[in-house]
Amino acid sequence: MPESLIQPDGPADAREALYQRLIMERARTPLHAGLVDPADGTGCGNNPFCGDRTQVTVSRAVDRRVALVRHETRGCALCAASADLMAESVAGLDDAQVIELSSRFAGMLRDGPGGGGDLGLLCAFESLHEFRSRRRCASLPWEALLQALGIDGTAAERTG
Amino acid sequence: MNDLSWSKGAPDLSALRGDFPILSQTVRGKPFTYLDSAASAQKPEVVIEAMGGAMRTQYANVHRGLHWMSERTTDAYEGVRDKVARLINAPSREEIVYTANSTGAINLVAHSYGALLEPGQAVVISEMEHHSNIVPWQMLRDRRGVALRVARVTDRGELDLDHLRELLADGRVGLVAVTHMSNVLGTVTPAATIAAMAHEAGARLLLDGSQAVVHRRVDVQALDCDFYVFTGHKLYGPTGIGVLWGRRELLRAMPPFMGGGDMIATVSFERSTWAELPHRFEAGTPPIIEAIGLGAAIDYVERIGFEAIEAHEAALTEHALARLSRIEGLRILGEAQSRGGVISFTLPGAHAHDIATLLDQNGIAVRAGNHCAEPLMQRFGVSSTARASFGLYTTTAEIDRLADSIEQVREFFA
Repeated sequence: MPESLIQPDGPADAREALYQRLIMERARTPLHAGLVDPADGTGCGNNPFCGDRTQVTVSRAVDRRVALVRHETRGCALCAASADLMAESVAGLDDAQVIELSSRFAGMLRDGPGGGGDLGLLCAFESLHEFRSRRRCASLPWEALLQALGIDGTAAERTG
Repeated sequence: MNDLSWSKGAPDLSALRGDFPILSQTVRGKPFTYLDSAASAQKPEVVIEAMGGAMRTQYANVHRGLHWMSERTTDAYEGVRDKVARLINAPSREEIVYTANSTGAINLVAHSYGALLEPGQAVVISEMEHHSNIVPWQMLRDRRGVALRVARVTDRGELDLDHLRELLADGRVGLVAVTHMSNVLGTVTPAATIAAMAHEAGARLLLDGSQAVVHRRVDVQALDCDFYVFTGHKLYGPTGIGVLWGRRELLRAMPPFMGGGDMIATVSFERSTWAELPHRFEAGTPPIIEAIGLGAAIDYVERIGFEAIEAHEAALTEHALARLSRIEGLRILGEAQSRGGVISFTLPGAHAHDIATLLDQNGIAVRAGNHCAEPLMQRFGVSSTARASFGLYTTTAEIDRLADSIEQVREFFA
């Protein structure tokens, strides 16, 4: 390890801020990877600039709430972890609640801690607002989720 | 500009760093280590000054003013055309067409030369093209009913000339459009050989010189190509100006691309006639300041000399390949015999974006993603890579900083 390069404001900071333990764990060992089969909806997120892709499949309960979400993600650690934590966070929510959570998550990515209120596990991404070029990595799975649920993403954005 | 000293066969260009004001900055408290020149090069003070100076003291529209200031500006603007012609050894300044960038130049050829192709003819590109040398041909295919054929790239990252020969065999190919140097693999293609193969099959050759023209002396007559395109901003010049060189007889036969002022001889409501070359391809007020900036950039690299630039970058590339290949697990895409200072790599367990973000924390700027070459990513079975690319101002110390930082990233993601 080239010690001289580890400065207080060097990669160590970025690691702590961006690549928190939870993010690295979920990126390496996702708990919600795979496909829901049969699925009530499928959505795809594709970032043409980096090649990241995520496919999200969902099933709904009898009352139309989100029952199960699975994702197949080929992307960076932030994208993969975001997909996994998203899958966990939206289980049991109805569409209005998913839209609200999605909007609050987007608010946090934009404005940082406090931008979306208490987001539980999703707070792992709260420092991403300082890394503008990486925000899309975390938001991509949410685009796929809204698509899978048949929710108009722009409408969801307007409510936020 | 400082004089160069040479040692061990490579020139010491480090003194030139002072010519680039931006390079003295720190980023995140670290020396700014710019290894993204293949995306866009930094600008020397002489370019910045030439553009500012023109706007401060010598600016008016060109070609149309009957006043002193317009005439002086036209002289400066048109003078750059001569510099460009000398840079690439074009037989005539009339064959130099200003465009917005390489993409603009390729679209011009796809539209105007493409209009001369008949349904049933074909265009050949390769697997290692930038999207800008893929998409315009797909659009032509769909517009004109020509076929689009794709020459394979070998595992070493070189153009598969045997496959190219097969694609040319039926004599239906009207144009071969390939890169002169890959923006992902660094591969320098055997342009003169490709030109001979294309011509033997009755096809013309367009070379995308966006990367190549920065790193080596380009001689379009020696290469014997038919079109050559490049962009100013990778050649230490400004954005907004690119160049199409084409053989006079081809340009004369081609219909204009865009219509408007400056590209006409006469206009009536019944019909218009076209200006002489090259103006018939330059509709509207051109990028005047940008052309003047490009001229200053050409003067700058010519003063350094392509022999020095090429030797410097060859030494850097050799050093970088040696350092990076020692990093456990690091995979470098392509191992072409002839290559320039562009190195794409992957690390197991670390996505290119994550690599780039951590390198950025050390002030190191690299590109990450598919580099506008999605089909090439698929060819090599990756979704993205990180890419370090060098300019005449890059130093071995910067490459060492890159290698040390990648080592950190590797350990973090291991």
